[in-house]
Amino acid sequence: MKRLLHSCTALTLSLAFTTAAIAQEPLKELGAGEGEVSIVAWAGYIERGETDKNYDWVTEFEKKTSCKVTVKTAATSDEMVALMNEGGFDLVTASGDASLRLVAGKRVQPINTDLIPSWKTVDERLQSAPWHTVNGVHYGTPYLWGPNVLMYNTEAFKGEAPKSWKVVFEEMTLPDGKSNKGRVQAYDGPIHIADAAQYLMAHKPELGIKSPYELNEDQYKAALDLLRVQRTLVGRYWHDAMIQIDDFKNEGVVASGSWPFQVNLMQAEKQPIASTFPEEGVTGWSDTTMLHAESQHPNCAYMWMEHSLSAKVQGDAAAWFGAVPSVPAACKGNALLTDEGCKANGFDNFDKIAFWRTPVSKCESQGECVPYHRWVSDYIGVIGGR
Amino acid sequence: MSIVTDTSILAGRTGPSGRLSDFFWRNPRILLLLMLTPPLLWLGVIYLGSLFALLLQSFFSIDDFSGLINYEFTLATYKQLLIPSNFDIILRTVLMAALVTLASAVIAFPIAYYAARYAKGKWKVIFYLGVMLPLWSSYLVKIYAWKLILAKEGILTWFLAKLNLLWLLEAWLSLPVVGGSSLSISYTGTFIVFIYVWMPFMILPIQASLERVPGNLIEASADLGGNPAQTFRFVLFPLALPGIIAGSIFTFSLTLGDYIIPQIIGSSRLFIGQAVYAQQGTAGNIPLAAAFTVVPIVIMGLYLWMAKRQGAFDAL
Repeated sequence: MKRLLHSCTALTLSLAFTTAAIAQEPLKELGAGEGEVSIVAWAGYIERGETDKNYDWVTEFEKKTSCKVTVKTAATSDEMVALMNEGGFDLVTASGDASLRLVAGKRVQPINTDLIPSWKTVDERLQSAPWHTVNGVHYGTPYLWGPNVLMYNTEAFKGEAPKSWKVVFEEMTLPDGKSNKGRVQAYDGPIHIADAAQYLMAHKPELGIKSPYELNEDQYKAALDLLRVQRTLVGRYWHDAMIQIDDFKNEGVVASGSWPFQVNLMQAEKQPIASTFPEEGVTGWSDTTMLHAESQHPNCAYMWMEHSLSAKVQGDAAAWFGAVPSVPAACKGNALLTDEGCKANGFDNFDKIAFWRTPVSKCESQGECVPYHRWVSDYIGVIGGR
Repeated sequence: MSIVTDTSILAGRTGPSGRLSDFFWRNPRILLLLMLTPPLLWLGVIYLGSLFALLLQSFFSIDDFSGLINYEFTLATYKQLLIPSNFDIILRTVLMAALVTLASAVIAFPIAYYAARYAKGKWKVIFYLGVMLPLWSSYLVKIYAWKLILAKEGILTWFLAKLNLLWLLEAWLSLPVVGGSSLSISYTGTFIVFIYVWMPFMILPIQASLERVPGNLIEASADLGGNPAQTFRFVLFPLALPGIIAGSIFTFSLTLGDYIIPQIIGSSRLFIGQAVYAQQGTAGNIPLAAAFTVVPIVIMGLYLWMAKRQGAFDAL
């Protein structure tokens, strides 16, 4: 039966890919644009001024290169991987918990950094980051990065920023005199187990956790126990940024791990919302623009990668999404981001951020770790009250 | 004489199309085969084929260490369905589907009865529009609207506060299973939205079955001394039962498979559809996702078998 399945798969693949060259070698030189490029991106990553006309970094690119940009937004890393597996897209803005999966699955191709003049302007801390560089080969250009901050309601906390992630992990009385039960949220992706592990790193050093993405059975069990306590406090886990905003406005939620994106949007609406970096440190994401292995429009894709690294685009996009640009030059003189924007979004805290990675069974720090698919099924169990 | 032979045995038609038409006329089975092959291929390959491939996947397993799929026949994946956290998902979904179906039937029956017996002319049209209208707008818009209605600081809470009935809502929300910190974060909310969204699928079949109940049977029941409750119990309900069952097939199966409503409204505890999505899309654990998919297929198979015995398909 295995053979039958294999031959069916092989047949389908050969039918689908007969036209596409097997492109494991990076492109040698750029040709003329193909007239279009399609990108899988996070919501808010590729803006053409439709939401706010000041935030537009697509129109100019289309005018300059005559490559028409189409965007498919995805809400989770896993959706991105699924979309790229499906095929038909040129680029993806993959986070660290997706990028290595894409590389391992041969869904993306190496890139030739010589064809991207702005490559040398990229932040040195990111140029060879392990989430897009495998054995010295680059699989994409860094786009934006940022922290998962602790967002809180300033009225409930009486204007004082919570110092620890404790407010979302353990029952306690908030400064407004009421319990945090039913008033906190957590991310509903299994990657949230890493936040629990990071909290334990600071509060239970005897567990010996070195990286929140590399957990052995005991450390993993301790993280799950912590999350079971959290379940009793959380009414609903958040999945969609807009629904989280709605929950903060209409459901009385006062604290949650979140992205600067939600914080900035709500502050723009004059809601009593602020964010902070708790003492345990934070997890974060760092996204890479990656090129699909069977991209139909590689020239336009390279042009987009070059365009995405220009200081103007980096600054605008970082301002819109509440992220940090991958090109330090963008931090100065951008009207939308302002000169304080980079610092506010976490530019100086790079070392304090544990960037999202896919947990694998063969891990560096201790040989054998709990792999990601168990994170998924166990997190389902925790949310289900087990 | 010669004239008769000329007209009774016609000469074969000439030309390719004429000959082809003669051929099909003489061999109707071949024509039938030719006509039926494309749709049967579609049904067989695209529909049943993919279903079969899915079922096949559920007999494989995932290697715990590497996360790769192990292509050997095993029932281990089905055994995983029985571990408490997965079995909870199945139980939760089936229970919700059963309750939604039951409640939809209770609410839909009087509406359908009114529409079938009393609504006439213009009112009948307005009624049809009223039932169908929710189906015309986007499913997502309706769910988001309900999220706002049920939210802690939403319309319903405001309305109840005006009526000084907030204590009632709070008492309900403090109940252990159905409660939560607000209606939109509780099973009660999920239940209400499910009922709202699937209601037309229950009303229409019941109405169709009620319209086929002859009015004189009800009059006869009254003539023989049956009170309204008895008439309902022994005449109307048994005759409408096939319609109720037909409607319940819709509401039950739709609730079993839905994964959007419980994600937006509810306490984040997974339903079968969400579990399939998470296992397949997130974990890459296709065998377990496939095994989860088999559960509603089996449940619906049993359900349809029982429905058939009750005569739900007699009116098709």
